Amino acid sequence: MDWAITAKALIGLGTLGLLIGIILAIASVKLTVKIDPREEKVRKALPGANCGACGYPGCDAFAAAVTKGTAPVNGCKFGGATVARKVAGIMGQEVTETEPMVAVLSCRGDKEQANDSFHYIGTSDCREAVLLLGGPKACTYGCIGLGNCERVCPVGAIKMSEKHLPVINEDKCVGCGACIKECPKNVLLLIPKSKLVYLACSSHDPGRAVKQVCKVGCIACGLCVKNCPVQALKMENDLPVMDFGKCTDCGICVHKCPTKSFIDRARGRPKAVINPKCTGCGLCIKECKFHAIEGEPGKQHKVIADKCIGCGLCYKVCPEKAIDMVGALGHARKTA
Amino acid sequence: MHISPAKLFLAAFLINNILLMRFIGLCPFFGVSTSVSTATGMSVAVMFVMLLSSLVTWVLFHGILLPLGLVFLRTAVFILVIASLVQFVEMALKKYIHSLYSAMGIYLPLITTNCAILGVTFLNIDYKFNPLQATIFAVGTGLGFALVIILFATIRERLADAPISKSFKGYPIAFVAASLLSLAFMGFTGLFGISL
Repeated sequence: MDWAITAKALIGLGTLGLLIGIILAIASVKLTVKIDPREEKVRKALPGANCGACGYPGCDAFAAAVTKGTAPVNGCKFGGATVARKVAGIMGQEVTETEPMVAVLSCRGDKEQANDSFHYIGTSDCREAVLLLGGPKACTYGCIGLGNCERVCPVGAIKMSEKHLPVINEDKCVGCGACIKECPKNVLLLIPKSKLVYLACSSHDPGRAVKQVCKVGCIACGLCVKNCPVQALKMENDLPVMDFGKCTDCGICVHKCPTKSFIDRARGRPKAVINPKCTGCGLCIKECKFHAIEGEPGKQHKVIADKCIGCGLCYKVCPEKAIDMVGALGHARKTA
Repeated sequence: MHISPAKLFLAAFLINNILLMRFIGLCPFFGVSTSVSTATGMSVAVMFVMLLSSLVTWVLFHGILLPLGLVFLRTAVFILVIASLVQFVEMALKKYIHSLYSAMGIYLPLITTNCAILGVTFLNIDYKFNPLQATIFAVGTGLGFALVIILFATIRERLADAPISKSFKGYPIAFVAASLLSLAFMGFTGLFGISL
């Protein structure tokens, strides 16, 4: 073995390494850029998905903006209330709680329910397809179904079904609104997560025109508006508009709609049960919009379980408190 | 080595393109070519680091390794020097030219130990270039890298929306596209009688 070479290699490389180490050590001290220590803390509190829902290019940019004071502490839609609270804690600010939102699809016109006006063979991209006569779907308001929302969803909450409509996983959705910004047809909506009922149609066409292109589109018949007990629905431009502040999630519109254009997010609804306190006054029979209560005056009434939708109108109107709302698990439903 | 600067540039840029003819630096070629913006950021960082490390390693090789007879250590030394150089430059940029730092962003540290960078420094030595030639070669190679990765990114942006069968989606079709692109670049072989 050539010891001279070994020694030279050891000394040469050792010196080089040492030199570089010293230079870098000095540089790291001399060249440090003072950044707001809060910025780093804020950045660590953020989810790091870089979804862009806050309006900034990424989590780093958002953290910088928060520390500068140009972005609100609860600007991170992805992180929701938990992250907002953490960021507010770092910045020493109070945070106002915001209602968590969830994205829903305001269209039910899948491959089988809605017609296409032509066969589209272009790139699989909604925004490109919409340039061609507004997309292949005959209904100009409906979902094109080429899955841009699925691709932009930062949390993977959207999956395209086999019938070419997006299915949103409500447990995964963080309500960031990325899909809503992407959708060229504006068929995705953000609704409060606590709200159970929404209209799944966006067509402003009159009934006849809707009937021709879609089996489940809103035909603007107005039954939902007429039957809503709290006047939360208003017909505007041939489409009912829901006021989520007024809506009590009773679900009457869902069952009154002849085209099944409403969707009920509730996983199960209770049924009304009449107990022996009933005096047979008949108020509930009059109140029920589904003819689900029968009985003779003066005798205990009965609920026809198949017809009852669990809206709770009878519960509210009964003067004797003789009606219980019994849920699927046997718990009485809280009715406001 | 005797070669005119223009021919040398052309050889590095087009004829023996580092990505499509030498097949060096394929990880960023597939890794960051999904969109034009990331590809551009990467190519800027590559050009910058390539030029810098070419000069530094040339000096190091001819000034230290060759006289000491430690040529066999060049791989280790080059990696060490390039990595710490980029580290240093990153810190300096962050402090003094922040706009350039944010433009290159994450790509600068990513490219430090890339084989394309190391490959160019070795080629500089193997072709026995003088410093000027090494500079031209590094610039040409860096621009060639940028050209191809941006070309490829535009192709992949189209591929992302194209109706491709499931088994080919993603990397498989990207590899097919890359090989076709490489075949096309083979057409430059022997252009102007350059064989480098």
